[in-house]
Amino acid sequence: MSAPDFQLKGSTVTVVVLELHRYAPEEFSAQLEARIRQAPQLFEGSPVVISLESLDVDHPEVDFEALLTQCRALELRPIAFRALPPRFSAAAAATGLAVLPPGTARGRNIPSREAAPAAAEPEPAVELHTESSPQRPGSRPTRTITRPVRSGQQIYAEGGDLIVLAQVSEGAEVLADGNIHIYGALRGRALAGVHGDASARIFCQNMDAELISVAGHFLLSDALTESVHRKPAQVALQGDVLNVSAL
Amino acid sequence: MAKIIVVTSGKGGVGKTTSSAAIGTGLAQRGHSTIIIDFDVGLRNLDLIMGCERRVVYDFVNVINEEATLNQAMIKDKRTDNLYILPASQTRDKDALTEESVAKVLEELKERFEYIICDSPAGIEKGAQMALLFADEAIVVTNPEVSSVRDSDRILGILQSKSLRAREGQEPVKEHLLITRYNPARVNAGEMLSVADVEDILAIPLLGVIPESQDVLKASNQGEPVILNSEAAAGQAYSDAVERLLGKAVEHRFVDEERPGFFKRLLGGRA
Ligand SMILES: Nc1ncnc2c1ncn2[C@@H]1O[C@H](COP(=O)(O)OP(=O)(O)OP(=O)(O)O)[C@@H](O)[C@H]1O
Ligand SMILES: [Mg+2]
Repeated sequence: MSAPDFQLKGSTVTVVVLELHRYAPEEFSAQLEARIRQAPQLFEGSPVVISLESLDVDHPEVDFEALLTQCRALELRPIAFRALPPRFSAAAAATGLAVLPPGTARGRNIPSREAAPAAAEPEPAVELHTESSPQRPGSRPTRTITRPVRSGQQIYAEGGDLIVLAQVSEGAEVLADGNIHIYGALRGRALAGVHGDASARIFCQNMDAELISVAGHFLLSDALTESVHRKPAQVALQGDVLNVSAL
Repeated sequence: MAKIIVVTSGKGGVGKTTSSAAIGTGLAQRGHSTIIIDFDVGLRNLDLIMGCERRVVYDFVNVINEEATLNQAMIKDKRTDNLYILPASQTRDKDALTEESVAKVLEELKERFEYIICDSPAGIEKGAQMALLFADEAIVVTNPEVSSVRDSDRILGILQSKSLRAREGQEPVKEHLLITRYNPARVNAGEMLSVADVEDILAIPLLGVIPESQDVLKASNQGEPVILNSEAAAGQAYSDAVERLLGKAVEHRFVDEERPGFFKRLLGGRA
């Protein structure tokens, strides 16, 4: 027997979880769109798990096909349902998506860009957060990349730090469980502490990022001030606030 | 040792075929046996720019499908010694090229030529990936505008991840930046990116800057690569680029806006 052309591996990935509290088709799209608009690059084309864990117990029948259509229309890619109440399982299975058991992983809210929502604002029926498995014990060696990370490429340093000895282009994405050091321009997205390490930092020689994140707290390019834009800078989390400061 | 050079860009219509024709001709002019292969199956174009469209009997896909031998399909250039063209077919579908079959043809060509120039189709999908798969070097053709530069960045990423050299962990594909359709006046007016901007974003060595010029259109309408027009700035810029490709240090020209010359100013002439 010859060796197979593939290898099957277990792996953990970070996904967006859409936690549905209730489903009102006529309001859903508008609410979701408003949420996505706050961090469009983060959500565009990203895989999404639809969790029904906190769906109201007496919630009426959900039209799953309509729900999926609405998600896809906004460039989300639903890949699975999670924590389905048994009475919905047949309908959900008919959509062809995977069905996952209730999650044990920690989720972290993707913060809204507005400081605090106005008090009068109705509680949104949709909540989006990223989530991944709990951090594994022990540290791993640093991952070092010597060539530019180009648009469309993604580099992830699992369990440790990431060092890039070149630029990270617009449209490229670098992620690390630990810190990210970029000895060049950061023009793409950099996400440090993706498994929740709030002490992780991002350092770069030329801060021109599309998006920066530490432990799930995000900032977009328009939040970069004059004092750090296109300058050597570092990014660190202080409490709940992501700080970008000149180096 | 034969060298396979892909001419690629991501974005369409930026000057890949024009550049393949010019650079291939320039290498042959300097005594290096060269073949230019049109990988743009379905959109035959190279033969028009080389002015040999009437002499196409068999094409690349015929060779791939073993319906013709390489000798039957290769067209010897009438103007330049040492130069051959392997045309693409206009009618066949893009899936005709497979990795094994392309590898086989390239192996055969490597025995006979010093330079194999692969004129890539636009895009970053299968066709473009096939054209760059076996490359030793890549000429990334970019126009000085944001969308073209971004696509070049993407194709550079694909070169460094999907080429055979990347796949097998060999020395990476050597990258060259060729900026075409450059118009210094429009750069100064802030309507186009400058050479420095493009170099800063892509961070690869600059092979040449080809000015935007009517001579290029004229040349392709006449089926004569613009490099053969040594009067034209674009022709001279391509010649410089070929010299650099061969390892010579040549200063960059046509990068700054042309000012009326001293005598013209003195005589009150118009540029
Ligand atoms: N330096 C230049 N100045 C003016 N026009 C140019 C220049 N370079 C190319 N062009 C014109 O731009 C058009 C596209 O050129 P060309 O066919 O070489 O591009 P391409 O990248 O091969 O396109 P495709 O992606 O369709 O294969 C042609 O009309 C050509 O004459
Ligand atoms: Mg072309």
